[in-house]
Amino acid sequence: MSQALLQLEHVTMQFGGLKAVADLDLTVGQGELVGLIGPNGAGKTTVFNVVTGVYAPTHGRILFEGQVISGQKPNRIACGGITRTFQNIRLFSRLSCLDNVCVATHPHRKVGLASAILRTPSFERDEAALKGQAMEMLEVFGLAELAAEPATSLPYGMQRRLEIARALAGKPRLLLLDEPAAGLNPQESDELMHLIQDVRRRFSLTILLIEHDMKVVMGICERIAVLDYGEKIAEGEPAAIRSDPKVIEAYLGEEAPA
Amino acid sequence: MRRLLGPLVTVLALVALNIVLPRVTNPYYFQILMLVGINIVLAVSLNLVNGFTGQFSIGHAGFMAVGAYASAMFTLKLGAPLVASWHGVPPPVAEGLALLMALVAGGLLAAGAGWLVGLPSLRLRGDYLAIVTLGFGEIIRVLILNIDAIGAARGLPGIPQYATFFWVYGAVAAVIVLARHLATSTHGRALFAIRDDEVAAESLGVDTTRYKVLAFVLGAFFAGVAGGLFAHFLSYLNPSSFTFIKSIEVIAMVVLGGMGSISGSVIAAIVLTLLPEMLRSVKELRMVIYSLMLIVLMITRPQGLLGTRELSWSGLTRLFRRGAAAKGAA
Repeated sequence: MSQALLQLEHVTMQFGGLKAVADLDLTVGQGELVGLIGPNGAGKTTVFNVVTGVYAPTHGRILFEGQVISGQKPNRIACGGITRTFQNIRLFSRLSCLDNVCVATHPHRKVGLASAILRTPSFERDEAALKGQAMEMLEVFGLAELAAEPATSLPYGMQRRLEIARALAGKPRLLLLDEPAAGLNPQESDELMHLIQDVRRRFSLTILLIEHDMKVVMGICERIAVLDYGEKIAEGEPAAIRSDPKVIEAYLGEEAPA
Repeated sequence: MRRLLGPLVTVLALVALNIVLPRVTNPYYFQILMLVGINIVLAVSLNLVNGFTGQFSIGHAGFMAVGAYASAMFTLKLGAPLVASWHGVPPPVAEGLALLMALVAGGLLAAGAGWLVGLPSLRLRGDYLAIVTLGFGEIIRVLILNIDAIGAARGLPGIPQYATFFWVYGAVAAVIVLARHLATSTHGRALFAIRDDEVAAESLGVDTTRYKVLAFVLGAFFAGVAGGLFAHFLSYLNPSSFTFIKSIEVIAMVVLGGMGSISGSVIAAIVLTLLPEMLRSVKELRMVIYSLMLIVLMITRPQGLLGTRELSWSGLTRLFRRGAAAKGAA
């Protein structure tokens, strides 16, 4: 494994009596595509919420590029280079597709509020540059013709793609994808996985991907970590994970004793 | 140079109207015209908070009161003596400058209050925030009611009538341009993002705390300016002008016009100021009809008159052409 980009050290997230994540150690190397899988309620999304600062971990710490980020506010972490998508798509419903993506370019603005209100030439230049970046990202995802459409008027599969485009427009170094294939048919989900591999190469991204369906991740992830009841029960290459008895047990239940 | 053309034309037009209008309209219509202007400033400024950022504030009258009393006191204590001491300066210029200073002072104090109210908004959402802002508005009114130095329940009379058509509609132009420029900038998009989905906005690097406070401060500043204009137009202030009902009136303008639509707020402010005046002929049925019209409007257009869209020349001409084409086809 190359140099570590994201490190979770003994991360525990407790909600009252419930340990959603228990003593989790996880390292994602520079340029890796790691899958995080597990049955429903295993704590996968909680891991994302802790990494992106929605929650501060009860115990443990999280490092990104060697710096501790746990406890920082979500917007700081996002500006620092980690963006995400959501399991249940969260687009800005009353904004156009282009404006949705433009919001993500916000941290890259170069002018202040006064300049925006007075419409200085530097504001106009900056605005054009941000719009340009957003438009490029829409083109990558094949959504350029729909730039002016309201985001929620798009079909479901395109909304998923738009959300990924939006997350990428902030130029993250680590992208967290929370069940990107949820609700897609097999063909759509296949296309999306190809697209993810494609943008990963193009933007030299590191990706951590949550997936409920094991079949989807097996194809594209180099390494997979399996969560069950908040604990990591296995980690390794897809082939090894597939035949791991603990993983099979977590997914299918324990084999009845003969 | 071209960038200065718009403001220059606006100022010249305002100066011309400022001279002509009071001479050709009767005082009753002129007063309504001025109140329309003040209400436009209030509605557009509240739209920055409620419509743009989605933070439900129902204490706008409180900010207006802060601005009204602060600017009135500023003029009474500092502005008016200053104007009297400026010999040789033409009165409209001297009074205008004094009013400008008073408006800025009132606006800044209201903005400070907005900052204070904006702080809890970082933690509170929806209904809870609404209750905090409601409480704030009432606290301000009760405070004024009990401060003897600013007239308490008797009210504050004798404020010089500095607010001319030029200043009221100058403020209208300023708040519309500010809101418009904000809406079409990256900062405005950040506000809209918070309104539509705060969690997603944060996850993309938008400092939601900062922007929510910014919306409150900007909204409060212009509410304060509107209050200052109100004071310097009516020349008398009374705490009963700034009750909860006044806040609701402004909210009705924002909701009726369409949350987030600047032109919607302007149109709704005009309609809702004129309507009660036009209904004076039906006497006691006035408020019944007014309320019924509001109810019917909200049932038929729950998103408001304009939704989140804006009125524009190209949109209007398109509509006109479509209408003409339909007529041609028939």
